[in-house]
Amino acid sequence: MTEVVLEVRDLTVEFRSGGAWHAAVRGVDLAIARNETLAIVGESGSGKSVTALAVMGLVPPHNGRIAPGSSIRLEDRELVGLSERSMDKVRGDRVAMIFQEPMTALNPTMTVGEQVAESVRAHRGLAPAAAWKEAERVLDLVKVPSARRRMTDYPHQFSGGMRQRVMIAMALACQPEVLLADEPTTALDVTIQAQVLSLIEDLKREYGLGVLFITHNLGVVALIADRVAVMYAGEIVETARAEDLFHEPRHPYTEALLSSMPRVDRDIGELQPIQGNVPSIRDIGPGCAFAPRCALAQERCRSERPSLAATADGRALRCWVRGSLP
Amino acid sequence: MSAHPILAVEGLEKRFAVGGGFLRRASQVHAVVGASFTVAERSSLGLVGESGCGKSTLARCLLRLVEPDAGSILFEGEDVRRMDGPALRVVRRRMQIVFQDPYASLNPRRTVLQTLAEPLRVHGLARGTEIEERVAAAIAEVGLPADSARRFPHEFSGGQRQRIGIARALVLAPRFIVADEPVSALDVSVQAQVLQLLEGLRERHGLSVLFVSHDLGVVRHVCDRVAVMYLGRIVEEAPVPEIFDDPLHPYTQMLRAASPVPDPKSRFALPRVVGELPSAMEPPAGCAFHPRCPAAMPRCSRECPTLSPVGTGRRVACFLHSPAP
Repeated sequence: MTEVVLEVRDLTVEFRSGGAWHAAVRGVDLAIARNETLAIVGESGSGKSVTALAVMGLVPPHNGRIAPGSSIRLEDRELVGLSERSMDKVRGDRVAMIFQEPMTALNPTMTVGEQVAESVRAHRGLAPAAAWKEAERVLDLVKVPSARRRMTDYPHQFSGGMRQRVMIAMALACQPEVLLADEPTTALDVTIQAQVLSLIEDLKREYGLGVLFITHNLGVVALIADRVAVMYAGEIVETARAEDLFHEPRHPYTEALLSSMPRVDRDIGELQPIQGNVPSIRDIGPGCAFAPRCALAQERCRSERPSLAATADGRALRCWVRGSLP
Repeated sequence: MSAHPILAVEGLEKRFAVGGGFLRRASQVHAVVGASFTVAERSSLGLVGESGCGKSTLARCLLRLVEPDAGSILFEGEDVRRMDGPALRVVRRRMQIVFQDPYASLNPRRTVLQTLAEPLRVHGLARGTEIEERVAAAIAEVGLPADSARRFPHEFSGGQRQRIGIARALVLAPRFIVADEPVSALDVSVQAQVLQLLEGLRERHGLSVLFVSHDLGVVRHVCDRVAVMYLGRIVEEAPVPEIFDDPLHPYTQMLRAASPVPDPKSRFALPRVVGELPSAMEPPAGCAFHPRCPAAMPRCSRECPTLSPVGTGRRVACFLHSPAP
């Protein structure tokens, strides 16, 4: 059952800033199985989007790099160090990505049908007529109403939710094994978000996709994720199955995030904000990155960095204080 | 509803002309349709709905940042719509607005001191060293470091900038705050800090608040009552928590069901969400929600239900909850 399609090991991504290299992502380990959604949740600056860019081979070469020793395996193929040409084949063919703002990812001067058909032609080598038919099929699949008629419309004639469906159709047209979704519903209203999330869930099941879903919204995580990785300041601080994480958050940051979130389903009494801000990647101390904001921090937390340790019940935790609990 | 409404809005209307040009008639968007509601002294009313429903336009109409076309806005008993010059200035001192994007609403070339001093000068409320004292007090009150006064907006984080936006509203000692998506651009942990600040200020100064948001969780936490808007109309108004625990209007029910909750056990019944918000330029006939409504009746496509009282302290615009004519 757990056939891993994407495995990230010890991924470190660095950016140059002010003449020095700083790690925006440090030692990230991830594995996604077929027919599984792994959500990475974190606030801005946590490194969640950079992780996705690294998997897509899209770390900007002029000021960013993947550090030696990092590994990203797609089935049996190592992606780190692939030439730009080979990576081009992987992108779209086997790993597809959808973004927060579909309007910026669509060409405003081409009709929607042309764009989807073009990506089918480019990745699957179909003839123009066959590609057009296939484009209609995938637009139908993602439930764009009256798809055949709307293929000759331009992106601006689509609503935000429909544009995101078009992006998903383009991603699917290439029959990928892994779908990376970076905040795909953040710009959408909640009712449209619900529709797009259920579409992604249906497609995952139907095609056995491995989905890496990046979001800052714990509510969305609860709706879509099978497993969750919580990131803070470039590191994974906790991983668990979604039910377990929400039932019993273990890392003080996960716990603090949950108790700082107002809920629509019940009264939570007093909000408990996390004091302070996410640290800049340029000033992360020698200890646990969360220690300066952590209510449980002890002496050791400030001087020595904890590692992400697996627990007996299949979870993993990066914390000196909670990690030593049974 | 309450003995002392600080704000009473009646039949507020706003239309915008859209498009048009040479030989082409402009079409009209009816952004706010006959909105009526009150905000009680020291209470907070949430205004929720999807993008394009008219909630921000309605909020801006209250201060006449957008000029309404019809209706009355009684603030502390006087009609804001009939005011001119000096009277309007007084109202705008007593009613302040906080925007979503503090970066876009702060002048990048001005220090925090300059930004906060301007309203005091414009309204002639302070001069000389008193200005600096009041600015320093506002800065301290919103929890910014004391040396903030000399710094520029770009030197602050998003959460701190929103604190500046709040301080700017606060420096005039208002009675009423219109908060238009004040925490939507912030990270969760910072959002909680700003919400806590707003709550504290409301209590200390006895402020009344109109809180515009698309996030039902935030609204449940900060508001006493909530009005739900759909295509320019208020379709339901009720106290918290009833409106979330027992929503009456099918649209409120859909919005509530689609709002994510951090609990995987509550994975929602997705098929209940159908369709998208129709264009405000061509709203459906009858009840504007009927094409998406799971409970729509033949009557709903012909007649538009009015917002009518149901039970105690609730109003709903839906034929399911109103007696037959």
